[in-house]
Amino acid sequence: MHRAVASQVDWSALREDFPILRQQVRGHELIYFDSAATSQKPRAVIEALRNFYEHDNANVHRGLHTLSGRATDAYEHARQRVAGYIGAASPDEIIFTRGTTESINLVAQAWGEKFISERDVILLTVMEHHSNLVPWQLLAERKGARLQFLPVRDDGTLDVDQLSSFLTPEVKLFAFTHISNSLGTINPVAELCVKARAVGALTLVDAAQSAGHMPLDVQEVGCDLLAFSGHKMCGPTGIGVLYGRAELLDSMPPWHGGGEMIVSVTLEKSTFKKPPHRFEAGTPNIAGAIGLAAAIDYIEQIGRRAIFEHDSQLAHYAADRLTELPGMRVFGPREERGALVGFVMDAAHPHDLTTFADQYGLAMRGGHHCNQPLMRRFGVSGTTRASFYFYNTMEEIDRMIQILHAAVRFFS
Amino acid sequence: MSPEIEELYQEVILDHSRRPRNFGELPDAAVLVHGDNPACGDEIHLAVKFDANGGLEDIKFSGHGCAISQASASLMTMKLKGKSRAEVMEMLRAFQDLVTKEISVAPKALGDLRAMQGVRKFPQRVKCAMLAWRAVQQALEQGSGETTVSTEPV
Repeated sequence: MHRAVASQVDWSALREDFPILRQQVRGHELIYFDSAATSQKPRAVIEALRNFYEHDNANVHRGLHTLSGRATDAYEHARQRVAGYIGAASPDEIIFTRGTTESINLVAQAWGEKFISERDVILLTVMEHHSNLVPWQLLAERKGARLQFLPVRDDGTLDVDQLSSFLTPEVKLFAFTHISNSLGTINPVAELCVKARAVGALTLVDAAQSAGHMPLDVQEVGCDLLAFSGHKMCGPTGIGVLYGRAELLDSMPPWHGGGEMIVSVTLEKSTFKKPPHRFEAGTPNIAGAIGLAAAIDYIEQIGRRAIFEHDSQLAHYAADRLTELPGMRVFGPREERGALVGFVMDAAHPHDLTTFADQYGLAMRGGHHCNQPLMRRFGVSGTTRASFYFYNTMEEIDRMIQILHAAVRFFS
Repeated sequence: MSPEIEELYQEVILDHSRRPRNFGELPDAAVLVHGDNPACGDEIHLAVKFDANGGLEDIKFSGHGCAISQASASLMTMKLKGKSRAEVMEMLRAFQDLVTKEISVAPKALGDLRAMQGVRKFPQRVKCAMLAWRAVQQALEQGSGETTVSTEPV
């Protein structure tokens, strides 16, 4: 266990591990403030992918030859690495998917098909990413179930005071995000899980924005299911994770059928493997899983506590300095904040601002961030979002403020 | 300041985005089109009144959006008011070429709309520029009543 704190890490040296950061965009040093969309990749991850394809590439679980053995070992080692990273009781509780979205769809289809029926309630929150909303809409429509939504307060926090009135016996599942991808709100996930469990509801945590940014242990959180993506935590795209408690996964039927997930097949009928393989039909993203394990190694060398401290400092500094600008509205809680800040400015629409910033090599995101209901809740069509990771610096935030001042002069 | 950004946000565009012309309701409109750009949540509501020959007697818009979509709608309504159906379609084609293709000299017929030529260097912003035009095209096809149009195929 690394107990490093932010002040003991040489953050600028870590930047050297990210080849992509050393470039100019439109004649300016790149400032990458879009890590909530996808993080950049350290050389260690790029090398792990390259090494696999240059030396060990073969299909898993089915070849008797040496390379297949190596590939299988590396793939299953990655599963163990993920299990350890989030404190799962066993690697069998780790299913590899394409990402958070697929993880949630897996639950909505495999679990939802069997366990959700008419008039059941799936409880969500108003701040969910579309990936933790649309799969439940589709399920509710198929089953005649109902969706309900825990409201968000003006300060961007969940209205937990109302939770007990929402947690009725009809609630079969409470699915919520750990960190809001638009507001930066860090939700009290352990408390939400305890309260949901008290009424017999299962819990699913969307950890897309937290898995690479802060210590995360499913035993401490107390959730039944947890989903995250590799690409937002230094890993490759196309690999993600669904964690599920063993007995819960065991009770779920398969969702995709095909190779890898069967025990025996006749023309009429098949029997299926136990989890996790039951849920991994077809050739999996082997290189992706190996790359994710390399990303976890890299993150743990730095230490998640140190990363969280560093990212929080950046986000708070950014939120404070943004208020210097005229006509500025910053979203999200003032106290505790994940590694991002969303804002709107009177001077310019988020898209104009993002286009303008890009001219100075500053990469931000403008729009609704797959959060249309939340945008509506706050009466805007979109925001500009600056999101950070451990390779970002205070100096880059100072530069962002300068660029935004220039935007105010330009547009107003 | 980069030349591309200066070209994209020319003074005439910033002026029209801050003070859009023909902005508001048109109570006796024949057709009302709600256009939206789902990629960013921008909306335009375009109201059209036709003359006896089917030309655009009056045209107004409301809604909210970025400088490019607002300026494009404002400039478009100024240009299209009083134009025949054929002229509108011709203008639509010319404008689409203007913001998507490399044309050395923008057609004179486009007038102030030529200021939008900078959009061609920003492919992600073409939808912003085209939103109002998609709406007017829909208005001509629909002819009467209320309808919607999107920059995304549905």
